[in-house]
Amino acid sequence: MMNSRINKLREQSLNAVNCISSERALLVTEFYQSGRDADVSIPVMRALTLEYILKNKSICINEGELIVGERGPAPKACPTYPEINVHSLKDLEILDSRKKVSFKADEETKRIYTEKIIPFWSGKSSRDRIMQAMDKEWLDAYKAGVFTEFQEQRAPGHTVAGDRLYKKGMQELIEEIRDTRSAINWESDPDAQAKSEELKAMEIAANAIILFANRHADKLEELAGKIMGDTGFEIRDDTSEIGNRRSEIEELARICRRIPANAPKTFHEALQHYWFIHVGVITELNPWDSFNPGRLDQHLYPFYRREIDAGTLMKERAEELLQSFWIKFNNHPAPPKIGVTALESNTYTDFSLINVGGLKPDGTDGANELTFIILDVIEEMRLVQPSSMVQVSKTNPGTLIERALRITKTGFGQPSYFNTDAIVQELVRQGKTLADARNGGASGCVETGAFGTEAYILSGYFNLSKLLEITLHNGIDPLTQKQIGPATGDPASFSSFEELIAAYKAQLNHFIDIKINGNNNIHSIFAESLPAPFLSLIIDDCITNGKDYNAGGARYNTTYIQGVGLGSITDSLTAMKYHVFDQQTISMTGFLDALEKDFYDYDEFRVELVYNTPKYGNDEDYADDQATSVFEMFYEAVDGRPTSIGGIHRINMLPTTSHVYFGSVIGALPDGRKAGEPLSEGISPFQGTDTKGPTAVLNSAAKIDHLRTGGTLLNQKFTPEFFDGEEATDKLASLIRSYFRMNGHHIQFNVVSAETLKDAQKYPEKYRDLIVRVAGYSDYFNDLGEELQNEIIRRTEQG
Amino acid sequence: MTKGLIFDIKRFAVHDGPGIRTTVFFKGCPLACTWCHNPESRSPEPEKSTKHISLNGITFEKEEIAGREMTIKGLLHEVERDRIFFEESGGGVTLSGGEPLFQIDFCMELLQALRKREFHTALDTTGYTTGKEIRQITPFVDLFLYDLKLMDDETHQQHTGVSNKQILENLKYLLEEGKNVIIRVPVVPGITDTQSNIRSIINFLEPMHTSIPPYLPTSLPDVHLLPYHTTAKNKYRRFHMNESMKPEVSVNKEKLTQLKREMERAGFKVKLGG
Repeated sequence: MMNSRINKLREQSLNAVNCISSERALLVTEFYQSGRDADVSIPVMRALTLEYILKNKSICINEGELIVGERGPAPKACPTYPEINVHSLKDLEILDSRKKVSFKADEETKRIYTEKIIPFWSGKSSRDRIMQAMDKEWLDAYKAGVFTEFQEQRAPGHTVAGDRLYKKGMQELIEEIRDTRSAINWESDPDAQAKSEELKAMEIAANAIILFANRHADKLEELAGKIMGDTGFEIRDDTSEIGNRRSEIEELARICRRIPANAPKTFHEALQHYWFIHVGVITELNPWDSFNPGRLDQHLYPFYRREIDAGTLMKERAEELLQSFWIKFNNHPAPPKIGVTALESNTYTDFSLINVGGLKPDGTDGANELTFIILDVIEEMRLVQPSSMVQVSKTNPGTLIERALRITKTGFGQPSYFNTDAIVQELVRQGKTLADARNGGASGCVETGAFGTEAYILSGYFNLSKLLEITLHNGIDPLTQKQIGPATGDPASFSSFEELIAAYKAQLNHFIDIKINGNNNIHSIFAESLPAPFLSLIIDDCITNGKDYNAGGARYNTTYIQGVGLGSITDSLTAMKYHVFDQQTISMTGFLDALEKDFYDYDEFRVELVYNTPKYGNDEDYADDQATSVFEMFYEAVDGRPTSIGGIHRINMLPTTSHVYFGSVIGALPDGRKAGEPLSEGISPFQGTDTKGPTAVLNSAAKIDHLRTGGTLLNQKFTPEFFDGEEATDKLASLIRSYFRMNGHHIQFNVVSAETLKDAQKYPEKYRDLIVRVAGYSDYFNDLGEELQNEIIRRTEQG
Repeated sequence: MTKGLIFDIKRFAVHDGPGIRTTVFFKGCPLACTWCHNPESRSPEPEKSTKHISLNGITFEKEEIAGREMTIKGLLHEVERDRIFFEESGGGVTLSGGEPLFQIDFCMELLQALRKREFHTALDTTGYTTGKEIRQITPFVDLFLYDLKLMDDETHQQHTGVSNKQILENLKYLLEEGKNVIIRVPVVPGITDTQSNIRSIINFLEPMHTSIPPYLPTSLPDVHLLPYHTTAKNKYRRFHMNESMKPEVSVNKEKLTQLKREMERAGFKVKLGG
């Protein structure tokens, strides 16, 4: 149960106001202006930058907390990363005033930006460099909304800590770095110089985090000294001794002196150790997604077991420490973006997805006592961040999924459910060892990764439906009126559906080529100019390889392109096949005219399209065949293509919120969707088109081969009534298990009634804590844009 | 090949027996219950209906036909789709209606085919059929969802159009044979929810377990109370029916809980809803 300390910390975190902190930007600028960067290599310069920040940033210790360390000067004070992108004054104003997830930017911040940050960084950020390096074809496609580019505003990231993080302290890593450095063969290794510099940088970064922890210890000791009488510190419920908080602070100071320099020994040390490293990763750069502790129950269990058995830790204390840990995540919103995305993209969550359950590296059941404690914490904390998921393998006991479902039933969008057996097969197919695969899981929304050993970089969303629009305009983007794709023929001249598909495929291949060329270019930019020596310390085998995470130093390097709107493209192709070629209810010219007019004067035809045309998600092969066909095309175009940093391109199918943006750049679609409206999300059917119930949806979704992806996202919404009674839990568990038997990757449930949501739209103040699953993550309903709110309301209600 | 007239196939049916099920709705029913919430299931012929669809604020009328002829093969194909879900949940196929036994030959053939393919079968029935037919069908049914409406024959005739004599005979047979039966009582305000009717139902079912030691908790059949609601009203309009659904009010929750408690006191395991 939540005690008063946790309750207070949780309230503090919920009530803290997001703001922009200029602290980091200022320190980075000072460092770059100091001239200290001139004589050193780029990796060393980046490590020194981190060291400078960690040495000079303010230390924040919140009252009563048990885990310390903030990225900004205070909870929810969010730094910016001018070396990645520079917020203009207008950006700051938009962020300050936008309705959803606003970030306050005070006059002082704006002054600092005007006088120091903007003048120094304009034209020098990696975003500027990327935009200059991209060719016209890429820029045209990007502006037309064919794809997005993750690295335009965030550094490559998307990686998760493995078990090694908890087993080795920084001192030990420094030993390894030195050993590797001294073993460099200067005579025969052409990369000797680069390796040496990178390793030097890693050592500086390792020392920087030790220094950061020691600064916390200093501050804590200072605080402990001040606690002599009544200091106003919250004292634990069960005791009322003032000395408690003092000894608590002394213990915290001791911990900060020991870790991360040394490997953690206790449960508390392990959590604090991880947290310092987490803050290090998200301070060094702003990797997409946020760093992630991954298989928390697996990593922490040895610490827990040892201490419980020795009697030095009580279960309740372990729970309290985990709760404190949860609050730290909630204190760290996603770094706000710039430009149009500042206006459009307003997710609070930074996608730290905690995994529980699944398998041990030897293939046996990984669920343990701590797994269930963590599930209790998830249920009690009800925080949007960290996000949480349960890995379900056929090896896990039924009690695991049942416990998790009891949380789902409360209407909280967490946890989501993942198929461990599919994840392992996905990773093994990509060439990972079985043990590395079993140590893996999912992060971000649904992305598969080998934790601790893989850089799996998301490169951008890919608008599968936009390509059909371009195909239907013979390569011209109707929005910008530019010829951006190849001329694949006037669709009116197509005499068969196969010709349409061939033209679509040609467009798809064309734009995938453009995207992949862009990715390779961008990878090189980051590898050369923005290495991440700190992150490189954490992921195997960057140290052994003497190579940076951003340069391909990890054991496995994967670059993903995310297909968006499978339901929309499937329904659109199906509608053309059905009406133009098979049933011949309308000519191609007529159909194109209807689209051109956004169905004006075509109301009855639109009724046919919406209500009387086969749709994806109903377990009808006529429609679902188009889903597999598009999937195969997308897979063929991407999978296996090399990256410039020695990695391989792969696909996954998830949208985050891009299906809203992608919809906004497309006119009317053949599925009956009107211009500008959102597309379907993930591999879920288009909102409201699945009329045969969840088993049909799952069968449809399972027709694509999930095992050849790095993750797919399926959303199902149920009204709370559906969950009444224990029987409902069994049925839901069966639903999940059935989907997973068919190799489904992931499923998540929204458990709210449309009425509740509508009411929340009207009276947001009454629903401050209403959390819904958006797409692979949960967010506060109030924080979502109206479009997205409407879409969630429309999503088919089952049961 | 025998064909059956089917008016709907509902997947992920979670109130028609154990687990996740697919329910096949047969068209045609010998009864004419005034409270019927599936009026389109009564006539043994396909029927036209008018559906109103609105899009963009404009309402369109659409003709629809309820009831289509299906073969055993076609139906098996449909139910096969969810086999994995049945296996994982301990579910299966439920025949409902209308009255499946009204198409006895097709029903029999379907049940046999389902048994052959190892599907769990449930039969949702009014029990209105001959003693011979009920004996014929019994070996192929894993679970009976058996309607018990009104115990007084005269009232039964008045509200359903048929006598309950054979219905009660058949139920007695099933219970004596030790078949797996769940009694389903539609709770219709002012009609089936009267004190005397509920008492009579209890009195009818109670002696059924006299031959079985009373300490066995399973000796009485489970009872499901199905609350009447008026939400099906507009169906009557859609199918251009002259009569209207009666009564005008839905059953209230208190009454339902009261009945539940009463039956529980008599030793039944009672569930609200299917």
